[in-house]
Amino acid sequence: MTDHILPLSGASFGANPSFVDLLRDARPEALAHLHQTVTAEAAAGVAHGTTVLGLIYADGVLVAGDRRATAGYTIADETMRKVFSADDYSAIAIAGAAGMAVEMVRLFQLELEHYEKLTGDRLSLEGKANRLAQLIRQNFPLAMQGLVVVPLFGGFDERRDAGRLFYYDATGGRWEEDDYQATGSGSQPAKNSLKKRWREGLTRREAIEVAVEALLDASEDDVATGGPSVHRRIFPLALAVTASGADEVPEAEVEAAVDAILEVRG
Amino acid sequence: MSFMPYVAPEQMMKDRSEYAHKGIARGRSVIGLEYGDGLLFIAENPSATLHKISEIYDHIAFAGVGKYSEFEDLRIAGIRLADLRGFSYGREDVKARDLANAYSQALSNIFTQQMKPYEVEILVGEVDGDASGTAIYHILFDGSVTDEHEFVAIGGHADDLMESLRGRFTAGWDLATAVKTAVEVLGSPESRTIEADAIEAGVLDRTRSHRRKFRRLEEPEIAGLLAG
Repeated sequence: MTDHILPLSGASFGANPSFVDLLRDARPEALAHLHQTVTAEAAAGVAHGTTVLGLIYADGVLVAGDRRATAGYTIADETMRKVFSADDYSAIAIAGAAGMAVEMVRLFQLELEHYEKLTGDRLSLEGKANRLAQLIRQNFPLAMQGLVVVPLFGGFDERRDAGRLFYYDATGGRWEEDDYQATGSGSQPAKNSLKKRWREGLTRREAIEVAVEALLDASEDDVATGGPSVHRRIFPLALAVTASGADEVPEAEVEAAVDAILEVRG
Repeated sequence: MSFMPYVAPEQMMKDRSEYAHKGIARGRSVIGLEYGDGLLFIAENPSATLHKISEIYDHIAFAGVGKYSEFEDLRIAGIRLADLRGFSYGREDVKARDLANAYSQALSNIFTQQMKPYEVEILVGEVDGDASGTAIYHILFDGSVTDEHEFVAIGGHADDLMESLRGRFTAGWDLATAVKTAVEVLGSPESRTIEADAIEAGVLDRTRSHRRKFRRLEEPEIAGLLAG
């Protein structure tokens, strides 16, 4: 195993609880890609994930995403996962260059877990949101070349006893939303849809319906966003983050929401 | 030019061993034992925040006795090693045996090369699959490592506790029986009753649906298990 982690460093004052910093010291090659140059041609051929959204509801925050990944005009994947739990009390949804995005999620998950194990405490929600901003900022040189990653971050703030939602731009800019937000290529139609249907104090069932409808609206206007398919059993993925933790919404609940919307629309 | 008196290597190792032993003997003990659902680590620890027992990785836990700063150093190094390996390869590639080997190497180097040996003994436990996948590695201050089965005690009263455990241990205990018995055993050398708020305990519960099998038992739960 890695010998420059053991034997130990008795000289250090206070262990750095950041996994990303550790990785940079111990395995610099794992982060070397961040400093490479990509041609426009190559960047265009990379799979991109499209629409993800988040909204605040009565119990906390819901984050959801469609399942399509595209590379140029090609559909690269119809069952991509863009919504992940970050730790027990937070979730992250990502749009943008799929490879970078998935790697960023992995790093972010480990960053939170590593901190928790080393210090014995979970980071505050604020701390998690800030850490994510720093990870995105590191990706900035690649973002400038077309490999943008823009996440949404939702978590349950145990100190405030409420769900909170953050969104980011490619530079690591970080903003908090009190109601809803969407990002990715279909974000405009999704936001229009959310604007019409979101209101304060939505129930879980309503929140799932609002989210699914916004993704459906996005898929109708944006070719890169995949719509739900009852026949092929492709449904949006959603994670609900509440006082009892971050849990994936069971497919049956998403399907029920899809059915309800399709029934109204005929 | 400074003058270094000659000390025979045997004498030097003996002195270091004695020194480390003394340090460890001053501290309280930790018991590791297998129960029906996995592995229990339990210790007398009046501090609620300075832990002797903790999570290293999904299915791996750590316990240390002796000098806090030193086993804390080892704990952090273990988490770093495990997280790096899990990130570079896969989560299932992180194994307690590799970790035990790394600890053994590090402690052996410290014992032979540094001014003062570490005054610690540690346990690395793992659950994997069914009961046959449970492992406990016991690593000493000089890097010697043993593979333990069913139960083990380290620290100040290790010999007494082992003796007591030998007479009582039964495979397949439920958690309450395991905790109750272990607490009795911990108090037995001095015929004391240890209260729930002075007990620190953590389990690797292989039946847990969560990827992370380690769970710290909080005081109310321990009190409940002891009372039941």
